[in-house]
Amino acid sequence: MDPLYREIILEHSQNPQNFGVLNNADIDVTEINPLCGDSIRLTLAIEKGRVKKILFFGVGCAISQASASLFTEEMKNKSLAEIKKMSEQDVLDLLGVTLTPARMACALLVYKTGKKIRLPF
Amino acid sequence: MKKDFPIFTNYPELVYLDSAATSQKPQAVISAVSEFYTTYNANIHRGIYDLSQHATGLFEEVRKKVADFIGAKRSSEIIFTSKTTESLNLVAFGWAKKHLKKGDIVVLSEMEHHANIVPWQQLKKEIGIELYYLSVNKEYNLDYKKIASLPLAMTKKIKLLSFTHVSNVLGTINSLEEIISYFKKLNPEMKICIDAAQSVPHIQIDVSKIDCDFLAFSAHKMLGPTGVGVLYAREELLENMDPLVFGGGMIRKVTKENVTWADAPDKFEGGTQNLEGVIGLGAAIEYLQKIGFETIRRHEQELIEYVIEKFAQNKDIVLFGHRDISSRLGIFSFAIEKVHPHDIAEVLNRNHIAVRAGHHCAQPLMDVLNVAGTVRASFYFYNTKSDIDRLCEGIEEVKKVFRK
Repeated sequence: MDPLYREIILEHSQNPQNFGVLNNADIDVTEINPLCGDSIRLTLAIEKGRVKKILFFGVGCAISQASASLFTEEMKNKSLAEIKKMSEQDVLDLLGVTLTPARMACALLVYKTGKKIRLPF
Repeated sequence: MKKDFPIFTNYPELVYLDSAATSQKPQAVISAVSEFYTTYNANIHRGIYDLSQHATGLFEEVRKKVADFIGAKRSSEIIFTSKTTESLNLVAFGWAKKHLKKGDIVVLSEMEHHANIVPWQQLKKEIGIELYYLSVNKEYNLDYKKIASLPLAMTKKIKLLSFTHVSNVLGTINSLEEIISYFKKLNPEMKICIDAAQSVPHIQIDVSKIDCDFLAFSAHKMLGPTGVGVLYAREELLENMDPLVFGGGMIRKVTKENVTWADAPDKFEGGTQNLEGVIGLGAAIEYLQKIGFETIRRHEQELIEYVIEKFAQNKDIVLFGHRDISSRLGIFSFAIEKVHPHDIAEVLNRNHIAVRAGHHCAQPLMDVLNVAGTVRASFYFYNTKSDIDRLCEGIEEVKKVFRK
């Protein structure tokens, strides 16, 4: 098995979960990785302070796409306060692989996008 | 050739295909830098003592060497900067800001590096110039004749054409003489600025034949040290050009209230220069001249032909660039469908193949190509056919990992 492109990463990058853009989203944030130009946009529908629906949209490498897919899965039904508490390590743990510093930025792009959510929104 | 470059001895598995970003350095350049520090180190233009005068002599000899190297008539037309980016900023803010006014047009192209876009956007914000981009056609060449379709009132407002000699993404060599003479016929008064960062390492440049007013390049892409750029500027323009950096070394006289500038090129070189870098550039020029540009080009064209042949055999590779070896350099941007450039570069890196992945500081061109980024393999004369074989093997591995 490939040490970096594990099954879960290939699966999530080639068939990402929660991919798309929500119409009438309550929250709509985008972040760019200036190194490569990749971007991720998160759109969320919020109900009673919890994530009812979340979609991500963007072009990116396998690492950033898989990370966004896994991260958005994780965010579902969480409260915004819980999401704000998530750390970089939590995101890296979802991927479960060791990354070089250059690829760390790919994995954390969705996290940085999430950080742009302002509370109260 | 690789034996002249210590990095290939110290890292024998390395397949270095990122020379468009920076070249490797031959021992001759490394030794020249080291020798400067161990034998001649002193600040220049200041000391009365022998050591300083000797260092000054060596530094100014390189200026003369650069002038001869690119066919400039006078050493004073050679300004040392810190990089191509700074050289282009000097054209924008030292020359254009002084001579252009609101509504004047600067023509750029869609294949520019950000270094030849962002300074002009900034100048647009400051003084209200307009920017016009020459488009890139399907053959990856500049569609420059479109400019003739503009109304005369507009072409008369073109004060500067600033474009790249070679695209750092596509490898296209723009035909300078053809394009410049075409523009000069439209408006003989306009000035011409060439970003030669990618071409100077590979092709003999002669500014007396190109008929340009400015030409910018860097030492580090042509075997020299980082931190040294060059701006060639035609002598008659130098007097009415402002410096970007103010301070020591660039003045004639300073009082509490006033200052008069030194003559060019000193006027543009405020503060202590990158002495060892310039000395290293001198050694790089000597090294290149010893091999000769004909030999370099011949070897590189063999490599280019081989890459084109190998890529054509691989149905999964999409090449962004044309296949005419007479008008391209060994800069190959490509994609493999459904695999992101970063992932390709990652797998290649495991096999010690160094390529660049991303937008290559040319995002407007990426928009034209309709991609977020590409993988770029760029060659120099120290590369070999076996490097290309290794690249192709690496690409096969990429396909395996991503089940293509």
